[in-house]
Formats: sequence, structure tokens, C-alpha cells
Amino acid sequence: MSRSNLPPLRLHVPEPPARPGEEADFSHIDILPAGVTPRPDSAADSATMRDLAYGLVRVLDDEGNAVGPWNPRLSPDVLRRMLRAMALTRAFDDRMFRAQRQGKTSFYMKSLGEEAVSIGAAFALQRDDMCFPSYRQQGILIARDWDLVDMMNQIYSNKGDRLKGRQLPIMYSAKDASFFSISGNLTTQVPQAVGWAMASAARGDTRIAASWCGEGSTAEGDFHAALTFATVYRAPVVLNVVNNQWAISSFAGFAGAESTTFAARAVGYGIAGLRIDGNDALAVYAATAWAAERARTNHGPTLIEHFTYRAEGHSTSDDPSAYRSSEERSKWPLGDPVARLKAHLIAIGEWDEARHAAQDLELAEQVKAAAKAAEKNGILGHGMHQPFATMFEDVFEDMPWHLKEQSAQMMSERMRKWPKPGEGPR
Amino acid sequence: MPDAPATNMNMIEAINDALSVAMERDLDVTVLGEDVGYFGGVFRATAGLQKTYGKTRVFDTPITECGIVGVAVGMAAYGLRPVPEIQFADYIYPALDQLVSEAARLRYRSAGEFPMPITVRSPFGGGIFGGQTHSQSPEAIFTHVCGLKTVIPSTPYDAKGLLLAAIEDNDPVIFFEPKRIYNGPFDGHYDRPVQPWAKHPASLVPSGHYTIPLGKAALVREGQDLTVLAYGTMVHVALSVVEELGVDADVVDLRTLMPLDIETIESSVKKTGRCLVIHEATRTGGFGAELSALVQERCFYYLEAPVERVTGFDTPYPHSLEWAYFPGPIRIGMAIEKVMKD
Ligand SMILES: Cc1ncc(C[n+]2csc(CCOP(=O)(O)OP(=O)(O)O)c2C)c(N)n1
Ligand SMILES: [Mg+2]
Repeated sequence: MSRSNLPPLRLHVPEPPARPGEEADFSHIDILPAGVTPRPDSAADSATMRDLAYGLVRVLDDEGNAVGPWNPRLSPDVLRRMLRAMALTRAFDDRMFRAQRQGKTSFYMKSLGEEAVSIGAAFALQRDDMCFPSYRQQGILIARDWDLVDMMNQIYSNKGDRLKGRQLPIMYSAKDASFFSISGNLTTQVPQAVGWAMASAARGDTRIAASWCGEGSTAEGDFHAALTFATVYRAPVVLNVVNNQWAISSFAGFAGAESTTFAARAVGYGIAGLRIDGNDALAVYAATAWAAERARTNHGPTLIEHFTYRAEGHSTSDDPSAYRSSEERSKWPLGDPVARLKAHLIAIGEWDEARHAAQDLELAEQVKAAAKAAEKNGILGHGMHQPFATMFEDVFEDMPWHLKEQSAQMMSERMRKWPKPGEGPR
Repeated sequence: MPDAPATNMNMIEAINDALSVAMERDLDVTVLGEDVGYFGGVFRATAGLQKTYGKTRVFDTPITECGIVGVAVGMAAYGLRPVPEIQFADYIYPALDQLVSEAARLRYRSAGEFPMPITVRSPFGGGIFGGQTHSQSPEAIFTHVCGLKTVIPSTPYDAKGLLLAAIEDNDPVIFFEPKRIYNGPFDGHYDRPVQPWAKHPASLVPSGHYTIPLGKAALVREGQDLTVLAYGTMVHVALSVVEELGVDADVVDLRTLMPLDIETIESSVKKTGRCLVIHEATRTGGFGAELSALVQERCFYYLEAPVERVTGFDTPYPHSLEWAYFPGPIRIGMAIEKVMKD
């Protein structure tokens, strides 16, 4: 088997620093102070900025000040709107998670602790820049003022659901918000964003594309195909990796984080890579604005790693206490994105605790009212809300004979189950 | 397994037990996949295995199905017996090239130098409100590929015996686990209470090692007038429908689609003269088409009616209309009426 004079090989299998019952340990994470990472010109050659892929762009310091070259110097009004969108996303998540627990729908996924990633980016992009999100970027829709009732209709698969009850809850599609249909299959959206950007460039358009995927998803081949196309064609695209440390039960080490950063994937492909504090809405805004400017001026793609933390379970089907230390959330060194932006607004005298508390109440009411309105259209727990025949629509543009036959078959089954007129679902 | 003590298990526990027995007996058996290690899999099928057999034999992987099957091929080339898990059958597509062009053909193209004793486990099928990416039944994609075996159990007892046989088999096996019946058999009536496995005789699973040979179907009900061919979840639905309708039917649980137990099929159809094929997968090009063609080719002069197929519809698996889509008791009942006519 082996030659006896050589040392035996060993298989390395990554192990996270802490498991349930153990003390959370983030000592391996090197947190640079806010403001120290330099900001190159957005047109600079990617070869001159490789260090950024190993650094950490941060704007908000621990006292709530905005510091350093990446400070986007946003007006208090914009800051307050960002804070509101983040808090609204959180209130929305909270209510929809509970709705699933109450049996009103089959599934839900929160973005708790990661709100800055979606909302900071949505504020920095143009509203018609095309987004190719994963399932955890509901914040983009909310930042783009998308109708909460429309989102909830989808979650409830009810008769108001524009997607006709076909998709798992939270797998939105909102073309009018430049928000691509979400796939359940990981990472497929990343090369698609590159393709959209290539098309925009080929047509001499001015719009750019952006995609988001989790750090775990960077392992898929699609991610690497996307980076290759992005660099070859200098596609005007912003590729975001949301490193929330976990992929269901697998820590980021199973996607390669023990050896390098996710931003550093950019280095090998010769594209710009930024590693940023994903719990700092101003850093997310600034990095996205920089990458968008780079793309819009034909200087090519940027890969942004958002360093953040998935504060709760993967989804309603998950219990993280089975695989990670319960202390992690409170020990996470980059804090909470909502609390940090709020502290900044208070520090500059543009916000206060009382206004924040009032806003939280108002947002909870807004979400509650939306949920009430959506529930009038039905909830999944109460059965099938779509006319049965819709099942066969949209498989193709025109329905072939075999689907017409199958549709007729289904209608005759329906007649058997509910023979009396008006009986059963619609 | 004659005298081995038996315990009641659900299908997950039986699969877990099979993996444990295989790992205990053969150091080459290696389990890998997304979340299968410390956590023990999102359906808990590999729970406890890492603790017992160590991290180099049971480990989590990066999220790349192409990578998971690709490294399994490499491990098999070294001489291991990998048992990769694909978290949902709906996520097996990124692994297709490694399965179709590599694992399936390596024995052939190397003239036997590199056999591929790989068993790819994956939960499949719907009935859990999983929407279109947690509900698919892609078995016909794999039965169409020469060099892959395809196995689908329908009970805890079979799941253990078939999985052990699959792992010990020297060819690559796609082992699809009907997740709707992980926790209990299903009669197809979604609006009735769920039954646990404990009440079902085939939930009694002997401890230790036993195998159920690949390529052998089970005649799970005997009758004279009709042959029903089914596998996975649909075996239970079929059984309950023929009971409810009082049809004197043979119900054949195929258990292995490739290689297929053609003898059992043929002798049953020649006896009954009528055949109904049931699967949850979409209809066109589904495995039912193959079954129907075989029965027609081999039993034509015995048939008293055209072979009937009951399947899922040719649409993606819808979320809210799941139970309108599922080939349940009404669809099966209508097909039985048709195939039993005169
Ligand atoms: C192709 C594919 N493989 C596996 C899965 C199952 N799955 C869903 S989410 C997930 C973890 C993803 O983790 P990450 O990319 O880090 O994103 P996060 O959930 O942390 O936002 C897995 C394995 C899937 N949906 N698609
Ligand atoms: Mg993650």
C-alpha cells in the first residue's frame, strides 16, 4: 500500500472552532479597524489592488462614526431611508417566520443579521440595474419599495400570487423591480448575471447586473464559470458573495475559508476583489457604488465578499443548535447591522431612541396590515388557491396536445373528488 | 439474517442502520456529502456515523454535486467504496457529467480496469410541499444511461437490504429514497392522518447484515385480474387503491429499475392479461414508457386491454397544486376502470 520509508499521508477534514456546548471562538478572524483600508480609483488595474481581497473595508467604527476613504458621505435622509428598509425587512421576516410556524405556509427563510448586504447594495445600484439574487436577498425588493402584500401573496401561494402558487415560498420573481426569478438550485444565478451584463454591454446599454450567492455556494461549478466569463468579456457585473459563515450545518471552511478569503477568488481570475464588513451598511453601499462605477465605465467586473453572520437558522426547516455554538450570535465581532446604522445616525444627531422605537412599532403595524391584506387572498394552509388549469400554463408558450389531454384528465379527477358545483377549491 | 433480532424502524433509521453495517464490515465504505458529517444529514440519514467511524470515513463536502461525484469516482479508482449523498435528487444535475460520462462508463472504457463501486443516495419524489426543486423524480434520466443501476426501496426492510446490496455491488448505483415515506407509508389520501411505519410489517428490520438482491422485484400482493407495476411511494398508494376498489390484482414492487426483473413482470402479466404502470415522475419518456413497451413486446398475445400508465403530469412539480398534480387514488382508480373494461 505505502512505501514504508515515507511518512503516511493524512486527510485533512475541516473542523469549525466551536460546536454546540462549546464556547464560541472568533479569534481566528482578523478584524481590521474601520477606515484603514485604502480606496483605489475605480478604474485601477486589478493587479494593483490584490491586497483588498485580503483586507476588510469598514466605514462604521465601534463608536458609530463613519471614517476613512470609503465613507460614502450619504445625506442623513438617505441614511434614515436605509435604516428604515433594513428594519422593515427584519419586521417582515419576523412576521413571515411566525406565519410558517402557525401553519399558514410551508417554508420561510430569514435574512436576520444580513440586512445590510441587500439594502446597502440596492441603495447604491440604479433601480433598473438587474439583480440576480439568492433566496436571502428579500431586502432588495423591500429597498426597491416592492409591495409587501405581493411578496406575502407569493409566500402564501394564494390567489393573489402572481407566480400562480408554483414556487416555494420566498422564491420571488419581480421583473418590474429588475429582480430575477429565484432558483432553488444554488448558484445558477451567477453566470446568468454575467450573461445579462454581457448582453447589456453588447447592446451599448448603460445598465449593469449584480448577483448574490452564499459562501457555501461558491463551491458550485457555476460560480467558477461565471468568474471566467466575467473576466474574459470584462462584463459589467457586480458579483457578491455573502459570507455568513454557515451553509446549513457546514461552516465556511467547507467552502475553502480555512485557506483564503472568498474575495481572493477574484485574484486568480484577474478581476477586482473587495472583502468588506457586511454588517456595515455604509461599507456595503460604498463598495457597491465603487464596483458599479467600475462596471459602468467599462472597467469590468468586481467580486465583493460580504463578511457577515447568519444570525438564525438556515430556514424554518433548520435548528442550528444541533451543529453550532449557541453563543456565536452574541459573540459575533461585527455586531448587528441595524444597531450599527442606528448608532451612527444617533451619533451624528440625526436620530434618537424614541424615534427608533416609534419606527419599529410603525413598521410592525405596516407588516401586520400587509399580512392581513394578503391573508384575505388565502393562505397555503387552507388549500389550493389557483384554478387547477393554471398548472399546465407556461410550460410552453403554446400548449401542446399532450398537456391539453392531461389538463382534461385533471379536470375530470376534480369532478370526481368534488362533484357538486361550487365544491372544493376554485 | 434468519434469526437476527428485529426492531421497528422508519425508513431513515433503516438506511442509517444499513450504512452503519456496511461501514462496520468494510473499511473501504466512505460516506460523503453536504451536511452528512457532524450534523448527520438534513434528513438525519447519516446521524451518528461520523462519531462512530471517524471524519475520514464520513465527512461533509463543499456544495458542489459535480465535485462530490467526481471525487467519488477518484476514490473508487483508488479502491474505496464511496457512498455519496446528494441532498435532494433535484440537485443531482450538476453531477450529471461525472455520472453519465464517467462513473457509468469507466468499467467499459477501461475494459474492467476501473470498476466504479459507487452508491449515490438521494431523497426523491414529492408530497411534502417542497415545490419544484424538492420534489422531482428523475429516475428515468438514469435508467436511460447504460452502466448505471437504479434502485428504489419502498419499505424500511427493503431499504436496508437493498442499500447493503447496492453498496456491495461493483457497479455504480443510483439509490433514490422516496422521502414522502421516510416516516410512514402513504396511501395517497393527503387529507387523511399520516400513519407511522411501526404499524407496517416491513418496518421490522433485522439487525446486522442482510441483502436483498438487486434486480429482483417483490410481488407484494397477489391477484388474478390485473398486474400493477410500481415502485417507491406509489407501491403503497397502489395497494390501498386496489383494496379500496376490490380489484383482484397482482401488485409488483419493482425495487430495482435497472436491472429489471422482467421474469416477474412477464409471468404476472401473462397470468392476468392486464397491466397498469404507475409512477410519480412525469409521463413523457418516463420509466413507465419503457415498462409499457416491454410488456407490449413480450406479452402482446396475452393482453386483453392496452397497457395503462398513471404518472405525474408533464409540468414542473407545482407548490400549491401539489395534490392536484400527484398521481393519487382518483387518477389510479380511473385508469383501473379503463384497463379493466370488458
Ligand atoms: C445545487 C444545490 N445543491 C444543494 C442545495 C441544498 N442547499 C440549499 S441552501 C444550502 C446551503 C447554502 O449555503 P450558502 O451558499 O452559504 O448560503 P446561505 O444559506 O448561507 O445564505 C444547500 C446545501 C441546493 N439548493 N442546490
Ligand atoms: Mg452561507
